[in-house]
Amino acid sequence: MSMIKYGLIVFLSWVGPSHAGDALSPMLGKPLSKATIQQRNFTVFPNGQGLPVGQGSVSAGKQVYTSFCLSCHGFEGSGDSAEELAGALHRLTDNPPDKTIGTYWPYATTLFDFIRRSMPMDSPGSLSTQEIYDVTAYLLFLNNIIDHNKIIDHHSLAKIKMPNANGFINQYKNNN
Amino acid sequence: MKFKQIAGGLIDRRYFLKKSLIFSVAASIPAYLTAQTPLELERTEWMSEPGLGFSNYGQPSPFEKKTIRWTMANSHAPGNGVSWTPLQDLEGIITPSGLHFERHHNGVPQIDPTAHRLMIHGLVNNPVEFSIENLLQYPKTSQICFIECGGNSNAGWHTNPIQTPVGNFHGMVSCSEWTGIPLKLLLNEAQLQPQAQWLIAEGGDASLMNVSLPIDKATSDCFVALYQNGERIRPENGYPLRLIVPGWEGVLNVKWLQRIHIANQPTMSRNETAKYTELLPSGKAQQFSFIMAAKSIITNPSFGHQLNRFGLYQISGLAWSGRGKITRVEVSADQGQTWLDAELQTPVLPLCFTRFRIPWQWQGQAVVLCSRATDETGYIQPTRTELVAQRGRHGYFHYNAIVNWAISAQGKISHVYD
Repeated sequence: MSMIKYGLIVFLSWVGPSHAGDALSPMLGKPLSKATIQQRNFTVFPNGQGLPVGQGSVSAGKQVYTSFCLSCHGFEGSGDSAEELAGALHRLTDNPPDKTIGTYWPYATTLFDFIRRSMPMDSPGSLSTQEIYDVTAYLLFLNNIIDHNKIIDHHSLAKIKMPNANGFINQYKNNN
Repeated sequence: MKFKQIAGGLIDRRYFLKKSLIFSVAASIPAYLTAQTPLELERTEWMSEPGLGFSNYGQPSPFEKKTIRWTMANSHAPGNGVSWTPLQDLEGIITPSGLHFERHHNGVPQIDPTAHRLMIHGLVNNPVEFSIENLLQYPKTSQICFIECGGNSNAGWHTNPIQTPVGNFHGMVSCSEWTGIPLKLLLNEAQLQPQAQWLIAEGGDASLMNVSLPIDKATSDCFVALYQNGERIRPENGYPLRLIVPGWEGVLNVKWLQRIHIANQPTMSRNETAKYTELLPSGKAQQFSFIMAAKSIITNPSFGHQLNRFGLYQISGLAWSGRGKITRVEVSADQGQTWLDAELQTPVLPLCFTRFRIPWQWQGQAVVLCSRATDETGYIQPTRTELVAQRGRHGYFHYNAIVNWAISAQGKISHVYD
């Protein structure tokens, strides 16, 4: 393309789909500071990148669970209006299967991430980092993944091997 | 009547056009034509008084109050649920914005656009944020495309066929004209680093819903939409900004888009691990299935409609594929033993609803109507038996089997499995 008089732009050749992103940009984005990014960056990766410094215990987590989670998720993680979190009676090959944290979730980091971003539903964002680590520890305990006296933290959480860690087939990778 | 019919009363439309068949109606002369005295000109009530004034925003006729989304939410968390598009009541290919399906994880945020930002950061040289005011000044593009929830039609996995209107069963799919900015344009401004392989998109709702998307798709045909069907996106569809990922699972079309994190790996969020993955009989689950495979449904007649006369009907339905254009829709009136090509209404667009139609003669015969879509890759919509053989019954997501409507001799319609 070339610029002509009066600022009009003539497309001399046009190939590809209409929104290939080859259009010109007015470039109106504002630079983001590191501090702003840090304040808004909720992402947690399965390797632990993004986890805030902190730790949690099973016993404290039981208190957090009782106060903020039990009314929907039920006693010990099953049996009420919300997702079944623990207490699977069936394996994934059974009919019907039980898809709990213990039988299905491939990464422990996802637990911390989802609780931090979305829970509890009536007041998301209300739990402290400490409380999120605590309740994460309790849910891992309920699923027989850690012992009752285990402390989890920002280093150890990503190292926990979940029972179904190898349970997924990446369809995108297989087809591309 | 002499015309080409195949089993069950379907009519080959080519023959139909050639012969211009007219289905005869017993003619009789109306009484008023034979009356002795001249009759007064007729005027209805609404022809006899001025109508209503102008309105700032038009609404459907008060006589169409039944054409609504069917909603279902968690009683403990009313913002966590679904509303379905009433496909059985709609025609054409565009879903009215107010009837577009909804899936929210924790309600519809009421976002002030002046306070909303889209940020792009991570593996980029130039982390940037955009205000809505700025984004409105970018070059835009439009695409008419469907959005289908990965969990659409999941009742099809049930042991017994669900008896419910087609919208309540398959209505987590809708089709709009979306207008926005090519995502690549914004990513170019942020300057992707060579290690960039995934894009993690996050919405600004109470659940901060996030999912990972391969960078190849993000830089090919994805865009960030500001408009739906010509007007700014409705709050329940992502106002002020929604990521559009044509042809891929609805959950990737992140509403209330506020943050794009460029990474070399997926984040493995809850909604791409615990949910939106398909458990197989082997105990392994398919992940990142992304593409919504070809599907078709007869929307008229369908469950809840009642055939109350013999004669000619037009079967009408929708077909779509996440892999491109629909090239063929066949209809059967004998549950798939014999098929006839339906007419595809133009324009037939890629990754978009395609409306199909075929004439059908009903004389009180008990039949099973079904449709079968083929897309431009040659993929053919499977029967339920084939799908279950391949995937088991506990995958929940990505159900796209052929749907059968059994019509009784009394004209009652029910859902049956093959």
